[in-house]
Amino acid sequence: MQLNKLFAVSLLSVAIMGCASGGGTEEGTSSTETVVEESQTQAVPESPDVDVVTEEQVQAQAENPLLKQTLVYFGYDRAEIRPEFKDVLNAHAEYLVANPQARIVLEGHCDERGTVEYNLALGERRANIVKRYLIVQGANPRQLESVSFGEERPAMVGSNDSSWAKNRRTEIKYQAR
Amino acid sequence: MMRVYFWLCLMLLSVSARAELTIEITQGIASSIPISVVPMKWSGAKALPVNLGDIVRSDLERSGHFSVLKPDDMLSHPSQEEDVYFRDWRLLKQEYVVIGEVKLTSADKYQFRYQLFDVFNEREILTQTLTGKVSQFRDIAHRVSDAIYEQLTGIRGAFSTKIAYVTTNSLRTRFNLAIADSDGAREKVVMSSKYSIFSPAWSPDGKRLAYVLLEDTGSKVYVQDLSTGKKQLVSANKGINSAPAFSPDGNKLALVLSKDGNPEIYVVDLATRHWLRVTNHYAIDTEPNWMPDGKHIIFTSGRAGKPQIYRVNIESGYIERLTFEGNYNARARLAQDGRFLVMVHQSAKGEPFHIASMDLTRGLLQILTSDTFLDESPSVSPNGVMVMYAAKYNKRSILAAVSVDGDVKFLVPSKSGDVREPAWGPYLN
Repeated sequence: MQLNKLFAVSLLSVAIMGCASGGGTEEGTSSTETVVEESQTQAVPESPDVDVVTEEQVQAQAENPLLKQTLVYFGYDRAEIRPEFKDVLNAHAEYLVANPQARIVLEGHCDERGTVEYNLALGERRANIVKRYLIVQGANPRQLESVSFGEERPAMVGSNDSSWAKNRRTEIKYQAR
Repeated sequence: MMRVYFWLCLMLLSVSARAELTIEITQGIASSIPISVVPMKWSGAKALPVNLGDIVRSDLERSGHFSVLKPDDMLSHPSQEEDVYFRDWRLLKQEYVVIGEVKLTSADKYQFRYQLFDVFNEREILTQTLTGKVSQFRDIAHRVSDAIYEQLTGIRGAFSTKIAYVTTNSLRTRFNLAIADSDGAREKVVMSSKYSIFSPAWSPDGKRLAYVLLEDTGSKVYVQDLSTGKKQLVSANKGINSAPAFSPDGNKLALVLSKDGNPEIYVVDLATRHWLRVTNHYAIDTEPNWMPDGKHIIFTSGRAGKPQIYRVNIESGYIERLTFEGNYNARARLAQDGRFLVMVHQSAKGEPFHIASMDLTRGLLQILTSDTFLDESPSVSPNGVMVMYAAKYNKRSILAAVSVDGDVKFLVPSKSGDVREPAWGPYLN
């Protein structure tokens, strides 16, 4: 049954990211002979940035296509859920109720405007508001984690309204078991 | 307003490390002081690897308070007092002249002597002799700049200080926390990670840096010893761990935790690990920064609907709002013993984000920047004169600086990639 774990489209995106980061190294690393202390966490095997889709999810997605939508967008400097995302969130809440073993991480993000630290706090609000909504709709709090990435992990690069709109978001990420 | 465009290629002057940052002066003060720094005399067979005069000239030029004569435009290059013809310097409309000489005193030690003359009164007003190895030439040059600056402006110079900042490649797959001289030279990477690094904060003695590492599980606060390179995890609670700021005595760290569900300001004693919660409000409270008295903290709060700056008394918990003008005021820092607030300011919704200063004694707010875009992360030089900040300029993230009075401006772009999150270090001597 373990073989049923399907690695969806995101595998491809990992492959692309891999190539891209390989090409970018000459630009980022700096220049001196000084000892560079590596980030502590790098000793830990990297968790691949892959959404693992279970068989239950694939079936559920076939029955309710709203489950394929895993992005909730927000207005500028806002952390309220817009009405158009309620159906999507209701679908995820129903899935969580029906599958008590399912786990979700809610990642809150911001656009680049405003300060880094205020945006880190705002990103947390965006993750938490989705978390609370799902709990009100019946999900168990233990199924839900939230984390803020502030303005540090934009979905789209670019200092314009369309990029900013895509970056003000909460990402719903189902976790592998 | 006088505008000078002046490129300095610091990389050519660098000894061991290629400087990552360059400096482009865009605005100086109208009444800048004319000064000549004559090329230093050196009788050795080989040219010195570092040109002391060039560094002093670029320091003084960058301060915005001086207009510095190019060596080619001087009538002579004296190194002894008797060869200084004040009439010639008056003809060139110079108010001050610096002459000096470098001598080798032992196998690897050099002696550097200089004199500063007041051209109008035809007298020496400052002289110093400094010694050091080639590796210390940049330190010597910045010390000379500090002394000349203080002699002529009455304000302590901050050329000998360091800056910390974060560089990133355009794909944001590698983040380097670096420190460099205040002119961007001698860059050293002190921490490199695939995770985003931000909010670097200096300890008051300049020996440690606190910063935030945004790992996959969330933000964590570390303090790193710069001499050993060892980093220590200070806070990895559930939720946000962020915005560290050392207390004036260096013993405590103010930071932001959301472990109880909401971002609040806390203070931790670094020795005893005793935690104190300072704020308690359902709105966002973040970006703490200590008042010089060590008893008050200024911070950003969204409690009035939009971010504004507040001051809290740590012991009593009494909170006072400081900013009322503008739609968005955040990330405040203090200048000149707490007289001025320097912060990110948006005057009204949809307007650009710029750096503003506010005179706390008079309540006057002044927007300091205009040419850069999405200005953020202001950090004040220890003499309270300059503010370094991060901004977008020609679609890149660069550092830029502006004086607290708005008169002096320069840009500090990185040679490659993006540079963000500047933190101006304390006096080291």
